[in-house]
Amino acid sequence: MNETLPGMVIIGAGECGARAAFALREEGYAGPVTLIGAERHLPYERPPLSKDALAAEAPGIRTIAEADRFEAADIRLMLSCEVAAIDRAARAVRLGDGTALPYSRLLLATGARPRRLPPAEGSKHCLYLRTHDDAGEIARRLRPDARILIIGGGFIGLELAAAARLRGSAVTVLETQSRLLARAVPANIAEIVQAEHERQGVRVLLNAGILELGERGGAAVFRIDQPGNDAGSGPTEIEADTVIVGIGAVPNVELAEAAGLAVDNGICVDACLRTADRAIFAAGDCCSFPLEIYGGRRVRLEAWRNAQEQGALAARNMLETDEAHASVPWFWSDQYGLTLQIAGLPDEGAAVVRRDLGEGAFILFHLAADGRLVAASGIGPGNAVARDIRLAEMLIARRAAPAADKLAAAETKLKSLLAA
Amino acid sequence: MAEWVEACAAEDIDEEDVVRFDHAGRTYAIYRSPDDEFFVTDGLCTHEKVHLADGLVMDDIIECPKHNGRFNYKTGEAKGAPVCVNLKTYPARVEDGRVMVELD
Repeated sequence: MNETLPGMVIIGAGECGARAAFALREEGYAGPVTLIGAERHLPYERPPLSKDALAAEAPGIRTIAEADRFEAADIRLMLSCEVAAIDRAARAVRLGDGTALPYSRLLLATGARPRRLPPAEGSKHCLYLRTHDDAGEIARRLRPDARILIIGGGFIGLELAAAARLRGSAVTVLETQSRLLARAVPANIAEIVQAEHERQGVRVLLNAGILELGERGGAAVFRIDQPGNDAGSGPTEIEADTVIVGIGAVPNVELAEAAGLAVDNGICVDACLRTADRAIFAAGDCCSFPLEIYGGRRVRLEAWRNAQEQGALAARNMLETDEAHASVPWFWSDQYGLTLQIAGLPDEGAAVVRRDLGEGAFILFHLAADGRLVAASGIGPGNAVARDIRLAEMLIARRAAPAADKLAAAETKLKSLLAA
Repeated sequence: MAEWVEACAAEDIDEEDVVRFDHAGRTYAIYRSPDDEFFVTDGLCTHEKVHLADGLVMDDIIECPKHNGRFNYKTGEAKGAPVCVNLKTYPARVEDGRVMVELD
């Protein structure tokens, strides 16, 4: 391989970047492919980091592919490698050590990083979760005698809470909103999630404001304020051995911004995942893109399947096709024995139809004002809701408007509505 | 040694659908194709050990309920990310309305 020949360069070796690299080869591209990752590990799957990886004191790593597969596909992996800048005029990426790496097409798959909590800055008790190494440090601290405080009642915080309880730690979850999962799921699903956490022994504190973080006897002490609680019934301070902050993520847009590319809650791309510079693409958690099924509404998704699909789509479009993104967002979370799955964005809905599947499992279908199915969210034990959520996703993609009574009746197979 | 085992009644499986079958400490998935043929594979996805019988059958494809890994259930072929290891398949036939499978 001629290393000076400009080829495909991918910045970010997570799910999205790794998928893009293999997709370029699957599409028949024969030129140089370089995948640059900041971490020292081979590309690995992140979803287990907040789940199974925490079950043991020393988590295993689930790689997306072993080194021999990258070698066989002739993908040049540059790990532990920082990118300093993108030089658009020269069409080259400048690395931390000053080397210039020319590109003919560049994909930014830089991902996102945890949002920081200002009162927690600088505390040795506070951890964040994004990488395998972060998970290793958290797993080491989830001892049976540990008091774990989780700040943020979103998916990451709640999966961490479940993992910590399974390890036997005492767990408190602090959320500033009046309910859990306020950003992502309907209230009646959040209620089931909260009830399960409380049944498992998690203390959930809602409407909680954090005033300051101190330290006492080697532990962290958060002074909090719960104005929403019954007249001062809640605690005013919480002591913890470890605090894990899960209050959302911010996209890694700095390289793009410094290169003069537009940023709006993520690196702005069109439906083909192209930036305004036709040689530069962005995909996965770091980009905001027009979601075609909702009339081009601009969104940024932090989801595993989206990262994969956009990585593959960007790869095809880097090879001069013009394929527009057409997928329906899809997301899942596991907590204890419960699985939650969501297809589409529930906030697009104006009305809700409920289908009960037995054993406590149910699906909420979210319908637009014109009757079109725009999203479906379900929760239940194991994979009870998976099949119907998948079929709902196909109905959403087809812009179907199924009759509400059919959606509500569990004996009506969703597959039959798909055929209609 | 391979042996033929009675798994279920043919009518227990809808067309273009799948059921779980456990035998001798192992788990399998039995499929009925849209053209009314029966097929058997190992029961767990090769990606993360999830029961495929909770997944969706579309034409020749079984899709894992967890992460949408896809396999051709007639051949066991993995159809791309996140699955890259094929599924093992087993012979099946119908006798007097019963689905028989030949297991190792």
